[in-house]
Amino acid sequence: MAEQKTIWPFHGGLHLDDHKQASNRHPVQLLPLPTRLVLPLQQHIGQPAESIVQVGDTVKKGQIVARAPDYVSAPVHASTSGRVVEIGTMPIAHPSGLSDTCIVIEPDGDDCWDDLPEPMADFMQRSAADLRERIRWAGIVGLGGAAFPTAVKVNTGGQTAIDTLVINAAECEPYITCDDLLMREHAEDVIDGVAVLRHVIGARQCLIGIEDNKPEAASALRQAIVDKGDHETEVVMVPTLYPSGGEKQLIKLLTGREVPSNGLPAAIGVLCQNVATTVAVADAVLRGRPLIDRIVTLSGQGINAPGNFRVTVGTPIDFLIAQAGGYSDRVNQLLLGGPMMGFGLHTDQVPVTKAANCVLALSHEEAPSPPAERPCIRCGECVKVCPAQLLPQQMFWHARAHDFDRIQEYHLFDCIECGCCAYVCPADIPLVHYYRYAKTEIWTQEREREKSDLARRRHDARQARLERLEQERKSRLRKKKEALEKKSGGDNADSKKAAIQAAMKRVADKKAAQQSAAQESGSD
Amino acid sequence: MTRIMGLVLLALVPGTLAMVWYFGWGTLINLGIATVAAVAAEALVLRLRGRAPGATLIDLSAIVTAWLLALSLPPLLPWWQTVTGTVFAIVFAKHLFGGIGYNPFNPAMAGYVLLLVSFPITMTRWLPPEVISGNAISLADSLQMIFSGTPPLGQSWDVISSATPLDQMKTELSQNRMISEIRQSPLWGDFGGRGWEWIGNWFLLGGLFLVWRRVISWRIPVSMLGALLLVAGLFWLIDPETHPSPAFHLFSGGAILCAFFIATDPVSASTTPRGQLVYGALIGLLVFIIRTWGGYPDAVAFAVLLLNMAAPTIDYYTQPRVFGQENHDA
Repeated sequence: MAEQKTIWPFHGGLHLDDHKQASNRHPVQLLPLPTRLVLPLQQHIGQPAESIVQVGDTVKKGQIVARAPDYVSAPVHASTSGRVVEIGTMPIAHPSGLSDTCIVIEPDGDDCWDDLPEPMADFMQRSAADLRERIRWAGIVGLGGAAFPTAVKVNTGGQTAIDTLVINAAECEPYITCDDLLMREHAEDVIDGVAVLRHVIGARQCLIGIEDNKPEAASALRQAIVDKGDHETEVVMVPTLYPSGGEKQLIKLLTGREVPSNGLPAAIGVLCQNVATTVAVADAVLRGRPLIDRIVTLSGQGINAPGNFRVTVGTPIDFLIAQAGGYSDRVNQLLLGGPMMGFGLHTDQVPVTKAANCVLALSHEEAPSPPAERPCIRCGECVKVCPAQLLPQQMFWHARAHDFDRIQEYHLFDCIECGCCAYVCPADIPLVHYYRYAKTEIWTQEREREKSDLARRRHDARQARLERLEQERKSRLRKKKEALEKKSGGDNADSKKAAIQAAMKRVADKKAAQQSAAQESGSD
Repeated sequence: MTRIMGLVLLALVPGTLAMVWYFGWGTLINLGIATVAAVAAEALVLRLRGRAPGATLIDLSAIVTAWLLALSLPPLLPWWQTVTGTVFAIVFAKHLFGGIGYNPFNPAMAGYVLLLVSFPITMTRWLPPEVISGNAISLADSLQMIFSGTPPLGQSWDVISSATPLDQMKTELSQNRMISEIRQSPLWGDFGGRGWEWIGNWFLLGGLFLVWRRVISWRIPVSMLGALLLVAGLFWLIDPETHPSPAFHLFSGGAILCAFFIATDPVSASTTPRGQLVYGALIGLLVFIIRTWGGYPDAVAFAVLLLNMAAPTIDYYTQPRVFGQENHDA
């Protein structure tokens, strides 16, 4: 335990002011229930959930109100008991300020649980599929911000053996301390979750990566490991250097392995989970509880009483801020997520979702309005800090020129959008915006191409079908003709003869009849 | 950006003072003319392009261009030639391509080459360092020569002017003289021309300051000077009587100024780490080739412009290994 594990540094990165003391000095406070809970149906990557309740229904805490219609999706649970008062489109936390379908629940104040599935204390005897099903039922998604359905992520298909589970406890973004507090207060749950996840993915060992600015959390975890007698799990301190909490960066730091450029960590035998997700897994498996609340950091000079709060999913952000003493008069900008990768909120009337780890109300000094963008002089500062070892200035050049083929030759899709390049840019160019724009354009083009490919395939298929039908018709005709010809060719002579004979016979019969008739009349 | 350009100007100060010390007022007057011309041209073009001149002028890049050009010019160049070169650099080499950040060529070197091919006589009419000629040209005389284009009464250009050490060496070598003979002349110091070598040292000091302050990376200066030293050393070892020593190459002409201040212009140079090494080394190689076998005594401007053209291609083929990509040598 005392020996220092080898750390494999990644390229670039930034030393940032971490601003963590503003919010990590007090324990997590429990936030009361608001008068309305707004549950967006899309709180994850993948297909949106589908509502299975009607306006007017009463629901209980933990009851599924929207089911997952697809494999890559996650159900949404009622986060308290109450009545469904509205289902409709309303503003959500979105970079472009868009709205989405939400279920609104009016709490009845009883906070009465629905019947929960039984705890799986014997999870070691359960199959991985059973445990995945439980994780899936609980609606767990990556709580570090990405919100990818966890049940999907832990299903590695058994094709590649996973030897190492990496728990991401780095929390490298400034201001954010929700994982820090979670680890200090629920270290045992983290280790429980590690045991479950290791069993699900069949990993031999677990490495918990934590930045060295969180010594209390690290020692709490180490104590929990000792208490639980877990010999395969190790807490590894990594230097505080943004973005050490990037999945690829943390895996490199802890294992020295690099996730392949277009691949998943599973390709190198690693699976990475955020520490809060791990606790949610423990809750789901060991207590049968769905994901209906989370810890949210509220910080920045624009907040009167910064801190961490256990917030029920669906709580409006303005309620959260009001409970934390409201805005100070220095507030200038509202952000969801950290200052590096988060995005600006247009309004505080949006709900906290599963992946909302931090709400920042920053003052003008903390987030000065960016100066006007000036031309790139290719100074190369961005190259020095890029943790993906890209050439940001070249990608910028091609993004501006809309040269989307060329920008992919500079590995645009290896960009993790950490924002280091934009942070150091002396010309104040919002580089990440350019990359996101280019990615979106390329995706759109790909979709268009797929669409036109599909149309072409359909057209080709139709042509082929018509041709085939025509061929079939022709061959049918030919066969018919052949059959006819065969008929008239094979027993041609016989039939003619027969016909003639028949005709002659008919004539002879007629004649005979007439003659006999004449004879009869003649005899009369 | 203003900070970067400011530091570059600051780093140019020691070498500039050394040039004034050895060549007199002319250098300073050229600097003044070029600065005024550059700022005026920049302001005018910005206005024509409908941009606010203030915000862009403050980045000091036009002044850096003016200084680099002025420091490359003979001290008593007629004023209108300095103006022509500067205006060409700012208007044609910089703004017609889109202004700062978009110029494929180093503007100062483009201006220099224009002057060199247009006015070959005045552009090669240098002064001997004052330590050799022994008489300083007064401020009044300098001004008169620069603005009227004629030497003071009773003197002629032949008396006043002198070839640069590189020019001298080239001319005499072409007359089949041995280097040991050539170096008998009082023109020569320890390595290069007297005076010149010290100017090189002072520019080197400024350049090291820029590397220390991380304004420029070490890669281009080291690879350029390294390549120059290497090839020059190779030929010198083969035949020291017809090939001057590598130190001579280093401390003559614009090698040091180029390595730290001109080739390192980020806009027109290569930007990938490996690309910068290739870019610098090829400039060093070209400088040697043109100096030795080319038609011009110094080669810095041509070498830089040629490599400016190659920079995008060099960048493309020297992309660093992206995170998660297979190591090529693994």
